[in-house]
Amino acid sequence: MSVRVLKNFLFVSGPKNAKARNVIRNNLRSVGTAAHTIKVAERIKEIRNQALLGGGQKRIDAQHKKGKLTARERIHLFLDADSFVEYDMFVEHTCTDFGMDKQKFPGDSVITGHGLVNGRPVYVFSQDFTVFGGSLSSIHAKKICKIMDQAILVGAPLVGLNDSGGARIQEGVDSLAGYADIFQRNVLASGVVPQISMIMGPCAGGAVYSPAITDFTFMVEDTSYLFITGPDVVKSVNNEDVTQEELGGAKTHTSISGNAHKSFNNDVDALLQLRDFMGDLDVLALETIIPPETSAAYDMLNVILSVVDERDFFEIMPKYARNIIVGFGRMNGRAVGIVGNQPKVAAGCLDINASVKAARFVRFCDAFNIPIITFVDVPGFLPGIHQEHSGIIRHGAKLLYAFAEATVPKLTGYGGAYDVMSSKHLRGDVNYAWPSAEVAVMGAKGAVSILYRGKSDVTKYVDEYTEKFGNPFSAAQRGFVDDIIEPRTTRWRLCRDLDLLETKKLTNPPRKHGNIPL
Amino acid sequence: MSPPQTEANRGEIACRIISTAKKMGIKTVAVYSVADAQSRHVKLADEAVFIGPSAAAQSYLDTDKILDAIRSTGAEAVHPGYGFLSENAAFVSKLEEENIVFIGPSAKAITGMGDKLESKRLALAAGVNTIPGFDGVVKDGEHCVEISREIGYPVMIKASAGGGGKGMRIARNDNDAREGFKLSTEEAAASFGDARMLVEKFIDSPRHIEIQVLGDKHGHAVHLNERECSIQRRNQKVVEEAPSLFLDEVTRKAMGAQAIDLCQKLGYFSAGTVEFLVDNNHNFYFLEMNTRLQVEHPITECITGVDLVQQMIRIAKGHPLKFSQKDVKINGWAIESRVYAEDPYKNFGLPSIGRLYKYLEPGRITGVRCDSGVEEGSEITFHYDPMICKLVCYGRNREEAINRSVEALDYFVIRGVTHNIPLLRDILTEKHFTNGDVSTNYLSQVYPEGFHGHQLNEDEKSKLLAIASALYATNELRNRSFLNGPRLQIHEKMWHKWDIVISLNGRDYPIHIGQVNDSFEIKLNKEVFKIYKKDINLARPLIETKINNEQIVMQSVLRNPNGEYKITYQGTTYHLNVISKQAADLLHLMPQKPKIDVSKIIKTPMPGLVKSVSCKVGDIIAEGQELCTIEAMKMQNAMVALASGTVKAVQIKEGDTVSDDDVLIELE
Repeated sequence: MSVRVLKNFLFVSGPKNAKARNVIRNNLRSVGTAAHTIKVAERIKEIRNQALLGGGQKRIDAQHKKGKLTARERIHLFLDADSFVEYDMFVEHTCTDFGMDKQKFPGDSVITGHGLVNGRPVYVFSQDFTVFGGSLSSIHAKKICKIMDQAILVGAPLVGLNDSGGARIQEGVDSLAGYADIFQRNVLASGVVPQISMIMGPCAGGAVYSPAITDFTFMVEDTSYLFITGPDVVKSVNNEDVTQEELGGAKTHTSISGNAHKSFNNDVDALLQLRDFMGDLDVLALETIIPPETSAAYDMLNVILSVVDERDFFEIMPKYARNIIVGFGRMNGRAVGIVGNQPKVAAGCLDINASVKAARFVRFCDAFNIPIITFVDVPGFLPGIHQEHSGIIRHGAKLLYAFAEATVPKLTGYGGAYDVMSSKHLRGDVNYAWPSAEVAVMGAKGAVSILYRGKSDVTKYVDEYTEKFGNPFSAAQRGFVDDIIEPRTTRWRLCRDLDLLETKKLTNPPRKHGNIPL
Repeated sequence: MSPPQTEANRGEIACRIISTAKKMGIKTVAVYSVADAQSRHVKLADEAVFIGPSAAAQSYLDTDKILDAIRSTGAEAVHPGYGFLSENAAFVSKLEEENIVFIGPSAKAITGMGDKLESKRLALAAGVNTIPGFDGVVKDGEHCVEISREIGYPVMIKASAGGGGKGMRIARNDNDAREGFKLSTEEAAASFGDARMLVEKFIDSPRHIEIQVLGDKHGHAVHLNERECSIQRRNQKVVEEAPSLFLDEVTRKAMGAQAIDLCQKLGYFSAGTVEFLVDNNHNFYFLEMNTRLQVEHPITECITGVDLVQQMIRIAKGHPLKFSQKDVKINGWAIESRVYAEDPYKNFGLPSIGRLYKYLEPGRITGVRCDSGVEEGSEITFHYDPMICKLVCYGRNREEAINRSVEALDYFVIRGVTHNIPLLRDILTEKHFTNGDVSTNYLSQVYPEGFHGHQLNEDEKSKLLAIASALYATNELRNRSFLNGPRLQIHEKMWHKWDIVISLNGRDYPIHIGQVNDSFEIKLNKEVFKIYKKDINLARPLIETKINNEQIVMQSVLRNPNGEYKITYQGTTYHLNVISKQAADLLHLMPQKPKIDVSKIIKTPMPGLVKSVSCKVGDIIAEGQELCTIEAMKMQNAMVALASGTVKAVQIKEGDTVSDDDVLIELE
């Protein structure tokens, strides 16, 4: 009865109220889809939670036990709170061999995305050692490539937090192809966006070439290693005994090989300092200033610290080629790159390592429109068989090339090695000399021994030569320096000049690219 | 223009003399060594003459070079300051021969008072109270024991030619006497080239009170009251005051009268100081007479209104004193705190050296006088006395003088060298000192375990943490602003609050920082502190603000992005670690690193030639002290100690050729 009534009702009212009928029909259908939706939502939540745990609590504990933070902890410490936007949390590796299809972790062995550092956007990847030892699968590489492509499009810096055991052996050649994809993007991004590698664990084999191409490579002391072939291979091939730390630890790379630009105490220290460093990479105009004082071995770092804002100077490669100082500081809030010869070390002579260190720094500054201030006090290139045979000519030329090529504002002062550092002839914008400056081809003794070869009363000529060139007059008379200034006025002059040069426009002739003497 | 006057000295005292000479319309000539080429006294003087290498023996102590400088500039008078040639009778005799005026006493007076044995005899003859002791030269250790027993222990063994605490030992028994004689003799021979010793009664816990005198060449002498100089470390003065809280009018008069008697007996002219030891019963004993201007002369100037340097110049030119004893009054109170480049945490002061990259004297505070020879950029070298500045504070009474001293020390900004302001400030607020309960043993009695800095109470700790928090938040805000239009848009999502953790002295303090209008609101435990944002300027070394309506002065010494902060509060510098709560939560996961001390080995950074070695095995050296110089590439590179210590081994000698990474010197 009731059925009929209902039928009647439907029948009777149906045609009259088609809208109501549809509502009912739809509701009936959604009972089925709702269950499905909830299921999917739960699955999403489940995968996300799984992804947040990386390789699982046991491996996280193991990571902590090594004194290392997890990939995710690192990202959150590095970025402003709540600013991380993650990509590709759901990707999985595609390998089916060796039983790999049964071992999958959402997101695989790298976390990627973007976020903010002090309000400024940055792209970041952080390799997750808890998942397959952070090894690089093809999907791992694809995740990194995706954010690299975006970083280039957006023009935001790219930061890599490296902690990876190497290639995903199960994937074989797919993994290697992944490395090559990253290298290619590193190269394309070079000079377009700043690229920084923070080595926070192992980084070995082919993997090392990505950090090597990036602008800055930093390391964490005692927990990070960089090498092409590890101690085992070195032992079996060359029969040389060496520890991981000696072969490729932070100390080795910051003081001997020069592969790393700086090292930090631990993960927390490294990431807090990296945050601060990011602030230095966001600038537009420049100059080079070099005040020299040739008689005493003073500490050039003191000169730099007394010129920059608040004595705050982020030194790059502080332990390598210490005869030259490079790093970032601020002048009235404006970020600048600073190059200075260090008279305290090897009398500030330029050698191969110093030339290469400074050349790369100058090119970085130029690429990102960071003005360059150069403090010159250099007696010349380091003489010696080893230096000549190792190619000081070619390597010294890199520095010359870098300074000459740079179009950012350049401020400079004088000692020896006049042409190689940022001089007027290499398009220096403002060049000052301190009263103590000596601008000469070489020291008085050396010059006199050539000019007056064989004469007996050489000391007389030495005095004469010193009188003539042991001062800034000869350079000032020729306009090679714009002015002779009191050292205490250096800072405000530089700040003023930087303001003026903010609108500097200079371009090099168009070409495919220059050919720096590599 | 009258012929110039030469200042045969350097540093603050040369500047001090030049200042009076200028007021008197006298042209001045400075002398300077290599190390002083850019010093303040050279810049202040009308003329400057270079006199040689940094080592004082080859410059400021070289009579011939000083005489050459005087002759070459045609100077008619010389003021020797203190130290160096100020009490060198031979130098004064030479000047007398050449008819150059020495602004100081006669050679005879210097000779008479310069020798401890002789001066004691002269004092006795003038009717001055002297310490019981042996009047003669001690022959050997056994003789010393014999004499000591006669006088009765404790006794003081000291070098006849001594001064400045060198060659001095206290002996309380026969063993001490024997050992003390041996050590003091050696020290005296090395320091003064004169090994003669004397022995006298040692007065326990005495006060060191001295009487300033002025005599002219016409037989007049006056005393300018006393200075209390009891607070000393290793027999060198740290804090001095005038007048002394301890002296009553009767004792003051008696001491003054004896000092004047001594001057008149000697026919003494110029400024001089008669030093006395005063025991608890107001008995006073003649110690010695200094025939020169004293370091601490400004406090006497403050309370008497007499410019001692001006008087010395007038007297030297033969003018009679224009005032007599009845004109000399005591007006108010003055305290001198000697600000030294030294580490007060090590033995109350081990010398340190370095460049003053930041230096701001608190001279703008009313009643504060800073006598110094340095300025921002000056270098404190190991060649000379490590004194940075004499901080002289004047007040209507002792309390006001103390309060001004404390305020001045809080505003004194010194960066680049370790200094003793922590100790000075602590002394000035310590209750024995404020009660006037001092003796020459003050430091060892008040700080028996050595000085460890001011100990914060809970309230002070909260204020320190609040300031550190405000610095952190200000830095966070600044990091988000940029001067030159960044290429990337800055995301305007503002952070208004921060949760941080500050660790101080091994304890962690969770803190919440918020912003309300123009202020930071800092929550620590249940307390809330408000700090006006504009008071916090990251570029300024001084932080002046109000916390809960109380004026606060602190100094920001260091701020590193990894959270390392150094803040000076009430003289003492505290090390804090200021990081986000998030970073603090992760910090415990970081591995503990074993401390490797690489600072104990000095290696060559480059191949070169050893030019000089300035230390030997057993030497105690300070951090930053030069140990040797290596010549390479026509440049001289000074190798300095990276830590204080004792020299264990010296692997090189002058003229050696060294290669990269050779170990030169080892410390322990």
